[in-house]
Amino acid sequence: MTKDLLLLLEKNARISCGELATMLETDEAQVEAAVAALEADGTIRGYTAIIDWEKTNREYVSARIELKVTPKKDRGFEELAEKISRYSEVQSLYLMSGGYDLALTIVGKTFKDIAFFVAHRLAPLDSVQSTTTHFILRKYKEKGVVLEDGCEDERRVVL
Amino acid sequence: MMDYEKQMAHSAVALRPSGIRQFFSLAAEKKDVISLGVGEPDFKTPWAIRKAAIDSLDRGRTWYTANAGLAELQVEIVAYLRRRFGLEYAPEEVLVTVGGSEAIDLSIRTFVNPGDEVLIPQPSFVCYEPIVQLTGGVAVPIVTREEDEFRLTAKALRAAITPKTKALVFPFPNNPTGGVMRREDLEAVAAVLRDTELMVFADEIYAELTYGEKHISIASLEGMQERTVLISGFSKTFAMTGWRLGYLAAPKEVTDVMCKVHQYAIMCAPTTSQYAAIEALRSCEEAVGEMVGEYNLRRRLVVSRLNEMGLHCFNPQGAFYVFPSIQSTGLTSQQFCERLLYEKNVAVVPGDAFGACGEGFVRISYSYSVEHLREALGRIEAFIKGL
Repeated sequence: MTKDLLLLLEKNARISCGELATMLETDEAQVEAAVAALEADGTIRGYTAIIDWEKTNREYVSARIELKVTPKKDRGFEELAEKISRYSEVQSLYLMSGGYDLALTIVGKTFKDIAFFVAHRLAPLDSVQSTTTHFILRKYKEKGVVLEDGCEDERRVVL
Repeated sequence: MMDYEKQMAHSAVALRPSGIRQFFSLAAEKKDVISLGVGEPDFKTPWAIRKAAIDSLDRGRTWYTANAGLAELQVEIVAYLRRRFGLEYAPEEVLVTVGGSEAIDLSIRTFVNPGDEVLIPQPSFVCYEPIVQLTGGVAVPIVTREEDEFRLTAKALRAAITPKTKALVFPFPNNPTGGVMRREDLEAVAAVLRDTELMVFADEIYAELTYGEKHISIASLEGMQERTVLISGFSKTFAMTGWRLGYLAAPKEVTDVMCKVHQYAIMCAPTTSQYAAIEALRSCEEAVGEMVGEYNLRRRLVVSRLNEMGLHCFNPQGAFYVFPSIQSTGLTSQQFCERLLYEKNVAVVPGDAFGACGEGFVRISYSYSVEHLREALGRIEAFIKGL
């Protein structure tokens, strides 16, 4: 049940435990207990909404930054990752394979905010060798959800 | 002025319009209607299949294929029928058709002489009766009932057979009821059929979409393959409705004659779709499993919610429809559907579209996202409360 439960919640976290129980052919109490356990052991880390900020008047810029870093002898990338994670502007932070080491997405109000963050927060960090900043121009899909309007059901009743 | 009606074939003019279409032309005139009406998957065709079609076009494979279909595809269909249902066919016993629809049409046209009776368990898909009528045959409905879990019983079958009976249409897993036939039900039906000369047109288009036991083909029972035309296709299993590709499997003496009809009427099924279908059979079992899993979640949600709101709902074991009884509302199927449409903007199909015995029921498709289903079910609940 756990995998199916997580897949359903990943798609829509607002679905009720009763509905989840029905779909998974179990009872509500079981679902509640399973969700509580998954929250407690850190499998479920939180619940968020997928927001298309373009639809709002919030000033909003986001960027993806690639970092090349020198790993620390004893702690590898962990120490730096921890430091960067602390900034609330940082939305995601991943260790990558390939041409660079860390990838992060950050949000700000303006391009200046991002530039400031790169210049004053990231670049000065000891082990950072270089940064490459890519501004996000448009989001087409976020967390599995297409952000465009007009994705109508094209199916017709034919017989 | 031409009097077209006089000029056209009486059998064509006399055909009844499809009850599903009729109702949905009404729905189409309204704005913001949420539909639970469609009879096709909401999933897109798995990408590997689409890619195979694109590759075939890239390579310029744009000609007709052999009348009966690509030899490679026939071989894959044979392997698939063996692997999934334990059936043994030779490639030349397989005919690739334009959807399961053409396979149904071919079966009826190849076997039915004017005056022949064709037994059609109902409620069921709407095309069998009109095609029988076009051939001059007589469609004889057999009512399946909820108390029998919408299965065809040996008793009802036996009672319907007359000296004029030519064939039995065998539509399981069933659209619209979701009824399936278990082995013991099939054995009982087969026992009746073995003493007769009847052909069975087994429409198994929903064979992969079952939620309890695995589908058993009636052709796999002893002595049944020789009297069965097995009809299936790619539409429902692989989410390939628009590709228009199906097939039938039957004894060679039968496919030889059917191939003549097919060759004169159609020539061959679409080439691009046939290349896509080869890929579907070779590599997409997992994708099918995922789709079935998703349908199953939705099925449980819809059945449970309908029962909770007081619409008694048979627990369907196959296809992607539920067929709740609306008798508790005191409305007829048409009234229920029209009022639901006008008062709550939700379109479902009146049960009588699937045969007179479907009166008192409606068909709800769950081939929609969970979000869509929740919204629609909420509206149906509000409608019931307001009655």
